[in-house]
Amino acid sequence: MKPLRIINAEEILCAVKELAISAACDLEPDILEGLVVARDRETSPLARDLLELLLLNADIASRERLPLCQDTGVSVVFISLGQEVRIHGDLNEAVQDGIRQGYLDGYLRKSVCDPLTRINTGTNTPAVIHFEMVPGSDLIIRYLPKGCGSENMSRLQMLPPSAGLEGVKDFICRSVFEAGPNPCPPLVVGVGLGGTFEKAALLAKKSLFRSLGENHWRADVAALENELLSRINLNGQGVEGMGGCNTALAVHCEIFPSHIASLPVAVNIQCHSHRHKERVL
Amino acid sequence: MSYLKVAPESLAQFREIRVPFEEGVVDTLNAGDLVSLTGVIYTGRDQTHRRLMALLDEGKQLPVDLAGQLLYYVGPTPAPPGKIIGSAGPTTSYRMDSYTPRLLELGLKGTLGKGKRSQEVRDSMLLHRAVYLASIAGAGALLSRSITKADLVAFEDAGPEAMFRFEVERFPAVVINDLTGRDFYDLSSAR
Repeated sequence: MKPLRIINAEEILCAVKELAISAACDLEPDILEGLVVARDRETSPLARDLLELLLLNADIASRERLPLCQDTGVSVVFISLGQEVRIHGDLNEAVQDGIRQGYLDGYLRKSVCDPLTRINTGTNTPAVIHFEMVPGSDLIIRYLPKGCGSENMSRLQMLPPSAGLEGVKDFICRSVFEAGPNPCPPLVVGVGLGGTFEKAALLAKKSLFRSLGENHWRADVAALENELLSRINLNGQGVEGMGGCNTALAVHCEIFPSHIASLPVAVNIQCHSHRHKERVL
Repeated sequence: MSYLKVAPESLAQFREIRVPFEEGVVDTLNAGDLVSLTGVIYTGRDQTHRRLMALLDEGKQLPVDLAGQLLYYVGPTPAPPGKIIGSAGPTTSYRMDSYTPRLLELGLKGTLGKGKRSQEVRDSMLLHRAVYLASIAGAGALLSRSITKADLVAFEDAGPEAMFRFEVERFPAVVINDLTGRDFYDLSSAR
């Protein structure tokens, strides 16, 4: 039997802390490029200028180590744990401590509170952590601080199978159109199709980690993504809801088989300040 | 501010406005106007609003007289050493919709955030002759440069949701709802 690879919890804590600070201040290259492409194809002068200012904002944030957006999000962490890894220490605590330290030392906003009393926890914890076991000896941390201007505009519907592909498209487009300017377009529209109630939502969230605009491997799903993006960008809402042809930068769709009675669709809306980071330990 | 000098074309056209609004200025603002705000604004988001409402319910005085003022919906990040404020862009305004008419009744002259307002708020703004502006959503680092002073006013224990008094210099915004009842979001997506 292969010996287990040991990873210390301390190493995970440090990685999460770095990810938290860097995600808040450094926009990922794929999103920067997406904004540049959007600016260059934009037809509305105001929308073009707004995109230019968003690029300027990213530049200031990175150089001055200021968060891109004051909503530094609720921390969503996906941990893929290789089966041949053994953690020395408490994995869950290491992630939570990494978030706590990152939000403190990085001067990030603590945006997490009790849902009923609305009292702030003061640390941005607890982070929402999803664990999965994978083959191999790596530990992969995927980090996404989720701003809730966009999260609040997300929707899930348990469609009847008779709704079909058209029903799916309509629901996704309606979710985006009804959100209007609220979620800070241009958006990344994450879609989870199939599975169960919770699986669809999880797929939609996971799709946001895909490199911007990279199509699904399945041709029919890729065609759906492209059609939806075109439809969404024809609606005229545009950048920040102030017009133009860039309501969305991309539509990412993940699918999973569902029950014969069911067609779940989840739409996880992501703002243009799409902060997603990955680290392999 | 140096970044405004290199600002793109249409944003260089914005109109300089003093805040709080000078007499009669609100009447001249049109949906879609690009404005650049200089002066004093107050801030508040969800918790500040809840607490302001609680004070009103108890018949108590508010920490500041909001008559004539512009209220900015923001929850900034903490100021790093050497900075006046952290990232400080607008938050989504509809969450304040249920509280806004009551503040407009007290003479609040305008609100600043991002996203659409409810019909009730729009009606109330017309009745009380107030406007709604949006700033650049998701540009908190850029906007922090237009904030030259930040003082805590109330509700410190609410953390990022506390109420601040900001001094702003050439803070960029777009007029969304004007006194003729027009909505710039409707106008721009209908184009």
